[in-house]
Amino acid sequence: MDLITPGLGLVFWTVITFLFLLIILKKFAWKPILGAVSDREEGIKKALASAENARKEMENLHADNERILKEARAEREALLKEARDIKVKMIDDAKDEAQAQANKIIEQAQAAIESEKKAAMAELKNHVAGLSIEIAEKVVRAELSNKDKQIQLVESMLGEAKLN
Amino acid sequence: MTLSTFKNVFFSAVFIATTFVGHASENPENENDKEFNAKEMIMHHVKDAHEFHVVDWNGKPITIALPIILWTDQGLTTFMSSEFHHDDSGSHIVEKDGMKFVKFHEKIYQLDVDAQEVSFDAEHHPTNASLPTDLSITRNVFMMWISVITLLLVFISTARVYKKSNNKVPTGIAGFMEPLIVFVRDEIAKPMIGEHKYKKYMPYLLTVFFFIWINNIFGLIPIINGANVSGNIAFTLTLAVFTFIITTISGNKNYWKHIFWMPGVPVPMKIFLMPIEIVGMFVKPISLMIRLFANITAGHIIILALMSLIFIFETIAVAPVSVAFALFIGLIEIVVTAIQAYIFTVLSALYIGMATEEAHH
Repeated sequence: MDLITPGLGLVFWTVITFLFLLIILKKFAWKPILGAVSDREEGIKKALASAENARKEMENLHADNERILKEARAEREALLKEARDIKVKMIDDAKDEAQAQANKIIEQAQAAIESEKKAAMAELKNHVAGLSIEIAEKVVRAELSNKDKQIQLVESMLGEAKLN
Repeated sequence: MTLSTFKNVFFSAVFIATTFVGHASENPENENDKEFNAKEMIMHHVKDAHEFHVVDWNGKPITIALPIILWTDQGLTTFMSSEFHHDDSGSHIVEKDGMKFVKFHEKIYQLDVDAQEVSFDAEHHPTNASLPTDLSITRNVFMMWISVITLLLVFISTARVYKKSNNKVPTGIAGFMEPLIVFVRDEIAKPMIGEHKYKKYMPYLLTVFFFIWINNIFGLIPIINGANVSGNIAFTLTLAVFTFIITTISGNKNYWKHIFWMPGVPVPMKIFLMPIEIVGMFVKPISLMIRLFANITAGHIIILALMSLIFIFETIAVAPVSVAFALFIGLIEIVVTAIQAYIFTVLSALYIGMATEEAHH
């Protein structure tokens, strides 16, 4: 029966001892230890979070780079296309202008040729006219010595003139 | 550093204590003639005592004397337990402050004023003596204090590790103790009480866990296993009462509602459940008290009973069997030290958790 009867003395000392132990350990052991443990856990949590953030930032940066590269590429494409267009246009323009210039030159040349031809024709006509008069003078001189011959000449000349 | 400090203090404490060793007086009876009484021996070991009996040497008991503190109707009286000269039969009378005291079956009686010696009735109860309030430093109190010194040294040096290192890395003793503390926090307090409220109860749970554990362990050390602190009902009663007080104080509206007017059941059921719940309030700490007491005491009794077999059969041939079984039980007991500390703490946390739980309907 003694075994299961709590002794007052031991209860008394246990209360005092336990309270003493609780207070001392709470102040000098549990508080600093639990504080340090939770501080460390917080630190680890923060470090992990910042690592995650850094990773995300890197990803963003990477995405940005990608985007910029893409834009640059697109811009280059556009520039090249524009340059190509300009080239084509310039060539076309040059071609047109050259054509026009050539046409103009040809026209001018043709006009010149025409006027030269007219001048040449006129001169030729004058020359032919002079020549004809000269011939006519010579013939007339020769023919005028012979009556028959004069008549014959006039007749042949007239025939010739008709042919002309 | 911490371990050597612990060693120094521990051994110096033992050394100081042994300087009080009382010298054995002439024993009227020769110990060897007495018939071996297993029950008496076991009970002597399991129960508390006023002196620390280490070993019998040449028929003389070697003991550590402990102070006896009595509160009598004339005030406080103190003397060393060695003054009883190891007498436990009530025959040796110590006179102190004009009062006569005898020790009988580990109880200290104050003789009536005119009595010269104790007289017993048929049931062996002293008839002419009264029991003064006994606040002696018994061997259990003594061992409890050694365990407290150990705990203080271990955990204060653990805390110092964190103070010293800036990066709060647990090294040395902290590396060993921190997992245990984190275990109490993450496996006991957090799941039983809940993330938001556990912090307030951590000091109590940690203290109770390690206090029970270390006293369980000290109870297994052969030379000092006479001190059966955590297998003493006074010790477990005190701790259970602490849990009861904390549970009752932290009980919220929801907790009291569940006790006095159970929600969600018909009115006759509410009336029927109320007395059950009220009884349950007290049964919880009582179960804590009995479980720890019974487990630790039973362990001690089994080991001692196995050893007693050798003396009961009076042959050394039983010794190998006894030792083998006692060793086996001893190994189990090592596990039990931690398990019982864990169970007490986990149930305390559970009861606190039940008391602080918010309504969830």
